[in-house]
Amino acid sequence: MSDSGAPPRPASQLRDIWHQFRTHKGALFGLITLGVLIAAVLIGPWLWLPEKLSVAEAIKLKNQGPSLRFPLGTDQLGRDMLARMLLAGRVSLAVGLVAMVIAIVFGTFIGILAGYFRRLDGALMRLTDMFLALPLIPLLLVMVMLFRDRVAALIGPELGAFTLIVFAIGITSWMATARIVRGEVLTLKEREYVLAARSIGARPRRIILRHILPNVVSPVMVAATLGVAEAIITESVLSFLGLGFPPDFPTWGRLLFDGLQYMQVYPERVVWPGLAISLTVLSVNYIGDGLRDALDPRIRGR
Amino acid sequence: MLTFTLRRLLLAVPTLLVISLVIFLVVDLAPGSPMSEIPLTIPPEVRRKMIAALGADQPVFVRYLLWLRQFFWVEPASLFDGWFGTALADGEQRILSWQSRSPVFSIIGQRLPQTLTVIGTAYIVGILIALPIGIYSAYRQYSWFDQAGTLFAMIGFSVPTFFSGTLFILLFAVWLGWFPTKYDTQLEVRDWASFWQQARQMAMPVMTLGLANAAAISRYMRSSMLENMGMDYVRTARAKGMSERTVVLKHVLRNSLIPVVTVIALGIPSIFGGAIVTENLFGVNGIGAALIGAIQANDIPMVQTLAFIFAVLIVLFNLIADILYGLLDPRIRYE
Amino acid sequence: MNMKAALLGAAAVLGLAPAAFAERGTDGEVKLTFPQAVSIMNPYLTGGTKDILAAAMVLEPLAVVDPNGVLVPRLAIEIPTVENGGVSADLTSITWKLVPGLKWSDGSPVTADDAVFTWQYCTDPAGGCSQATKYDGVASVEAVDPSTIKVTFSAPKPNPYTAFVSGLSPILQKAQFANCLGAAAPTCTDANTMPIGTGPFKVTGFTVNDTVTMAMNENYRDPAKPAFASAVIKGGGDAESSARAVMETGEFDYAWNTQIPPDSQAAMAAAGKGQFVVAFGTLVERLEMNMTDPSPDLPEGERSTVKAPHPILSDIRVRTALSKAIDRSILVEVGYGAGGKPTCNVIPGPEGWASDNEGCIAQDMAGAKALLDEAGWTDSDGDGIRDKDGKKLSILFQTTVNPIRQDFQALIKDWWTELGVEVELKAIDPGVFFGGDPGSPDTFQKFYADVEMYANNSESPDPESYLAQYLCSKIPSPETQWQGENINRFCSADYDALHAELTKTTDLAKRQDIAKKLNDMVTKDSMVVVPLVHRGTLSAHANSLGGVQINAWDMETWNTADWFRIK
Repeated sequence: MSDSGAPPRPASQLRDIWHQFRTHKGALFGLITLGVLIAAVLIGPWLWLPEKLSVAEAIKLKNQGPSLRFPLGTDQLGRDMLARMLLAGRVSLAVGLVAMVIAIVFGTFIGILAGYFRRLDGALMRLTDMFLALPLIPLLLVMVMLFRDRVAALIGPELGAFTLIVFAIGITSWMATARIVRGEVLTLKEREYVLAARSIGARPRRIILRHILPNVVSPVMVAATLGVAEAIITESVLSFLGLGFPPDFPTWGRLLFDGLQYMQVYPERVVWPGLAISLTVLSVNYIGDGLRDALDPRIRGR
Repeated sequence: MLTFTLRRLLLAVPTLLVISLVIFLVVDLAPGSPMSEIPLTIPPEVRRKMIAALGADQPVFVRYLLWLRQFFWVEPASLFDGWFGTALADGEQRILSWQSRSPVFSIIGQRLPQTLTVIGTAYIVGILIALPIGIYSAYRQYSWFDQAGTLFAMIGFSVPTFFSGTLFILLFAVWLGWFPTKYDTQLEVRDWASFWQQARQMAMPVMTLGLANAAAISRYMRSSMLENMGMDYVRTARAKGMSERTVVLKHVLRNSLIPVVTVIALGIPSIFGGAIVTENLFGVNGIGAALIGAIQANDIPMVQTLAFIFAVLIVLFNLIADILYGLLDPRIRYE
Repeated sequence: MNMKAALLGAAAVLGLAPAAFAERGTDGEVKLTFPQAVSIMNPYLTGGTKDILAAAMVLEPLAVVDPNGVLVPRLAIEIPTVENGGVSADLTSITWKLVPGLKWSDGSPVTADDAVFTWQYCTDPAGGCSQATKYDGVASVEAVDPSTIKVTFSAPKPNPYTAFVSGLSPILQKAQFANCLGAAAPTCTDANTMPIGTGPFKVTGFTVNDTVTMAMNENYRDPAKPAFASAVIKGGGDAESSARAVMETGEFDYAWNTQIPPDSQAAMAAAGKGQFVVAFGTLVERLEMNMTDPSPDLPEGERSTVKAPHPILSDIRVRTALSKAIDRSILVEVGYGAGGKPTCNVIPGPEGWASDNEGCIAQDMAGAKALLDEAGWTDSDGDGIRDKDGKKLSILFQTTVNPIRQDFQALIKDWWTELGVEVELKAIDPGVFFGGDPGSPDTFQKFYADVEMYANNSESPDPESYLAQYLCSKIPSPETQWQGENINRFCSADYDALHAELTKTTDLAKRQDIAKKLNDMVTKDSMVVVPLVHRGTLSAHANSLGGVQINAWDMETWNTADWFRIK
């Protein structure tokens, strides 16, 4: 906390953080798992090319269990589950991570502004209340109805759908983060070191960036972990309502949802997407854990 | 503190009015019509007449003002009539659901008890599980207990309730035959036998929701505890020779509760709001099931009233959370 | 001694008879579950089948339609016909006679005035009655005497069995609804949720959108019925959970509308607690071809209207090719199992009304490709997609969000891709799709797509009003706020003329003949409507529930009075 005198050394600080991060076994595991998942969904569809079957042939092979030919089995229309899982992963991972980042950045921003500047507190928190109170589904319906065609006209239907979904999820899930961050900031700004910084005339911007922000990382990380899972699931709800991607566009959430009615007869249909979502969430959580430890100078010193 | 509370309460009135208008506009703007669930065999002319009979063809502001009047005058008046036998609201139109033509408030009255018992129990169960797990996980960070707790939490919130609920149904109702799959709302608890029946039918929805709640809260508790464990005052307390118990449960816990209080307070309105998926899955006729049913049927008076009550609760509980901050951390001042 | 033995014997005989037919209220409780909960018990204020199903256990019409499509008297002594003098020779009036001694469940007598009142109730312009079509063409309803009802039509009516026939238009009690006419109709909450009826049960408790509890009607006209002392209808959840509660856990006796994947049907039936029953009415899952251009490049007011014919689908060869490429048996196997059969007709039943058109059942991919080649659609640039004059053969195919429909979309897309057609899929929330909101671009009437899929059915076995939807005058357009049932914008003077003839024809055989011709005109002759699957309603009942006769022509609960517990 004695940054007033010593000049900042960003390069070595980053190396310090990375060094600390590496010693965290869980974080390393998380990073590797997430890396593997991302690599798999990016490269996988090029490596694993399912056989081209006609509809009549595929139907004969429906609902198969895992085999060499179909490593994850087939679905109710005889489509290869592995190929679908890989394709689905692209969308789900992208939606989950991007929507989480939007929600976290926006939520943290609002939370810090509201917590630090008392004049903004009332207005921003009432805004938060309003968003919390709005019924989610009509709100999403309205957003999609108003913007789908315009966004699609601007950047094409698929990218348009992606942007709109990510934006819709982000804009409806920042409120919890904002409130939590605000609560933290309210206590932090009364701490001695913040008072000290203020008394020597540090500008609010500097105080926020140097003193407040690093100290709200920990609840934000938890919110981020929860956010990824929620975004992936919310996407499936959106698809379910016909607001998401075109119906032939698989996502993990949708595969999970579709598999649900076959859970009793073919349990593996829900196991794969469920496993993929859980692994993603678990690895994001461990990365968050490691990052928090690495960012905390008290722990880093130990 | 008192002036702060009073000022916030006064401020809440215009806030809520704005919120109610925004909700009304959003719900009204959403595509769909109250006639979407009727069969295609009913011809357009008849549909138009049905819509007119609902008053749904009136301009949006007329309907909004009518709703405001009904919500703030007719409904309280008819409640008053019900208590004291007066006739203040005689001949006044109460807020009627478009779907069922019943007064919205009597539907809410019918449904609130179920939501409060089932969702409320699940929430309390969730908190009771989450707090000890969170505290102990942080205290023994990276122990096997912490790892197991992490795994539990991750599974808890990466698995959506539509999945865990269905899994419980298959496991406990179909294969083991322990619990009923459909919640019997007509059941009255009169003796031990019916109490046991009530407990059995509550078991699965409470498990489903409790798991999801516990997962999230335990993570916030753990992270907040960890944050405080490294603080100087903890070292000071230990150096003074305080027992571990006092250090952890008194000093660290109290200082770690702020984010947890926010999360819990944020969650309480959602108890009243019910749990859409879980209520639907187990046939609990709570507020959540009513809301989703009304949204699907585009039942604007019902959606509007429920969403507005929900907004009131959110504003109220956020105020309570703010007051609790002040009590937990005397350094926070609101002036 | 002998006397006593004789008395005992007589008593034994008396005791035996009810044992064979059961006695009123001896079988305990019957429990029903619906995937959608009951909102209201007044069929005139709702369109939801779930509500009318529940109401049919309490309220009764003069006559119902049995599973074979034949009229059966309920509150009437017999079905009036021209032969027995009940229907006037010029077909302008029908006279019903009430069963003597009929009582409402509150003990008061049922009179012809109740029927007159019911007619006034539903035809009040401010009431928004959802069954108003049942009273279309009715000039007056009079009580000739307390037990005689005379319905007079404004013009000769070949099918006079609309008013007071079927669970959709039962008789209400005048005393209970007297203050609920017109605009006051929705405010009578008690009457709307607990109507007094003549059916086997009466409502004892009503929780909106959740549970209806009923007790047997002590004043029911048959002293031996119903066998059940009480009934419960629990609503909510989905088809899956309803089916499970009957078939696997045995918590309920009857579940309505349990359409689940064929694999799950088999697994649940294997549990041995219940069985699925299916009734085929006229419900047909179909593809509707848009005859007008839905291109977003067109100005609003021309898009999807008759001003702009469809650039691709206006050619009958393209429509036929699209139909030929589909294998309907695979669709049935994947989506419906026992609950569906392949069909080429818009009117698939009842027997006598259905055309023998079966030409589309066998898939003919080669024939489809040849047709497209002939129409000039060839793959000139080798990208796998056919084109003509620089325009790609590309189709936007929309339907509602529903797992079976999404499977159908995927399969049909595969077939059409094989044919060389580019297909974009879209799934819309059913509330929006069927909502008819003129402000939304996604309603089925607006049809901002090339092809759309949904199911529709005729309300009565006689399809006259159902076939009216393909008249030129029923085309939805901006001028009509996009209301209208002619979704395809099909317009043919021949069709209009033939339909006009149908409305005047009274001879049954001739009517059926015309209906078949009309059916063929929109299906095989023009390929404007491409029927896929004739769907039944699939319901489930416990093995211990006897007397269930599933009915596609009236409410499934039409004979709850005859249901009993198999011991």
